Amino acid sequence: MTPALLVSGDPVALGRATIVVVAIVVVKALLAFGMLMTAVALMIWFERKLISDMQNRVGPNRAGPFGLLQTMADGIKLMFKEDLLPEGADRATFRLAPFLSTVPAFLSFAIVPVGGVVHLFGYTTELQVADPPIGILFLLAMSGVAVYGLMLAGWSSGSKYPLLGSVRASAQMVSYEAAMGLSVAAVVLVTGSLSTRAIVQAQAAHIWDWNLVRLAVIPFVIFLAAATAELNRPPFDLVEGDSELVGGFNTEYSSMRFGLFYLAEFMSTITMSAVIVTLFLGGPDGPVIHLPLLNWLMPIGWFFLKTLAFLFFYVWLRAALPRLRYDQLMDLGWKVLIPAALGWLIVIAGFRVGRVTGLVTFAVAIVVGAGMARAFAVGQVRNRDPATSSSTSGDFR
Amino acid sequence: MTGVLAVTVPDLATFVVAGAVVLASAIGVVVARNPVHSALFLVATLFGVAVLFVEQQAEFLAAVQVIVYAGAIVVLFLFVIMLLGVDRPEGLARDPLRGQRPLGAVLVLVSLAEILALARLHWATGHGTAGSTGGASGNVAALGRSVFTAYLLPFEITSALLIIAVVGAVVLARRPHRVSQQQYGARDERMVATERSGTGRSGTEPSGTGRSGT
Repeated sequence: MTPALLVSGDPVALGRATIVVVAIVVVKALLAFGMLMTAVALMIWFERKLISDMQNRVGPNRAGPFGLLQTMADGIKLMFKEDLLPEGADRATFRLAPFLSTVPAFLSFAIVPVGGVVHLFGYTTELQVADPPIGILFLLAMSGVAVYGLMLAGWSSGSKYPLLGSVRASAQMVSYEAAMGLSVAAVVLVTGSLSTRAIVQAQAAHIWDWNLVRLAVIPFVIFLAAATAELNRPPFDLVEGDSELVGGFNTEYSSMRFGLFYLAEFMSTITMSAVIVTLFLGGPDGPVIHLPLLNWLMPIGWFFLKTLAFLFFYVWLRAALPRLRYDQLMDLGWKVLIPAALGWLIVIAGFRVGRVTGLVTFAVAIVVGAGMARAFAVGQVRNRDPATSSSTSGDFR
Repeated sequence: MTGVLAVTVPDLATFVVAGAVVLASAIGVVVARNPVHSALFLVATLFGVAVLFVEQQAEFLAAVQVIVYAGAIVVLFLFVIMLLGVDRPEGLARDPLRGQRPLGAVLVLVSLAEILALARLHWATGHGTAGSTGGASGNVAALGRSVFTAYLLPFEITSALLIIAVVGAVVLARRPHRVSQQQYGARDERMVATERSGTGRSGTEPSGTGRSGT
């Protein structure tokens, strides 16, 4: 019986566990960690620089060339700041929360295939930390755990605004997780496997095989919106809502504990962009020149380019869109994204059976969707304004 | 079959560590004074059990355990605890039920005896049902196939049961419209009156008119 750890899906671990095999796994994990940390530092700089360009200002330009070392300067400053512990705080939980937020953000990156397969010293290994059979479910599990970081941070601060922020966070993240899971289910349905490697391989043949095209864009849009809400990034950043909640769940945090939340936020933005690329844009798929070194370097390049495009998109969203109101957020999640994701999943299942079944399901889905939209509209009017509803429908009084 | 299974060192180490985590946090759930801490210990217990599932090569079960129980149910527990503000230590001097401690001890002994009996005998679980489906893709495919073929009816009945529960919860939580209508009846009259006179329109919907204007 081989040790059934989470690395068991990797071909390296399925063979005999020699020292070289263990070394490869360790090196991969360390490489991924180092890459993510560097990427976070660069991402913070990228976001600040880009958003200042969009807002017509200069942005960080003092530390290093183009202000590249600004993140490092900020990090060093944070480390030497006083670590405050509020009077009413629940001490153990207060200390635990930042880690609960950072660790899942890092762990979810483990399942992302960065490149193809490489042959090293007679061993073949995939360019991803782990390829467990549960694959993409691991992402959902980790984003489920990430809720705890925010929730407990707000509660344990023993202060009003952080508590409000964390209650918002938990409601928001639990709601959007459903839509996210349903759009992932569409991807799994056409792939026939949960493994991220299999998902990427199924999209490798042609650009028309990318899930973005194959699933007709809708699951992609739903996943993108749900992931943005999951990350608490603008326009879904009600958790932080500076103008309403001071700073949200992290108001009472200072020093490196605050830094950890910052780190977690940017790390999960990068991870989520990478996951979107994996699920819908073919991961490391792209035209490759078949030469010894370019053979495996070019897929990695494609992967980075696609991920960078999504990081740009997230910064752009932040510059362009105002924050949603809380009821708009919940309406979008429960009344638009979840029904749309569910309906589209059924339509895709119909098309998997056959063309006629697919078209019939599509028609039924449109009719049901229209009926549901009408019902929501009527309910909205009644809830908002009792006077108009009673005068228009006339069934009260 | 009582033969000793071949156990490797990593297997044993994983089992011991995960088992210790499960046991310690299960005790923590009961002992902790603060409900939020109890909920956190419950999460740790669920994680330990998930690790044990992985150890038994039931990866799908482990993932679902974390997604559903840790990711949704305990979050809702915490949500309710925080919203209702019951996150204070509770007085445990008096038992709410008379004689619950001796009864609890008896129940513990009975279930312990049952578990030990099940571990020794195979009359309930059958021989080697677990861990024999292994393979590179794990047991996800096998599980999916059996749920949608052999166990389709129980699966669908369970889903119907859950839907019924959801509908019931919605009905219970729904605001009674007629009562609120009577309650706000007087105010409605006034609003209709101001609307007719044409002065209250911008007052009732400030955001709508403001946004369309800009």
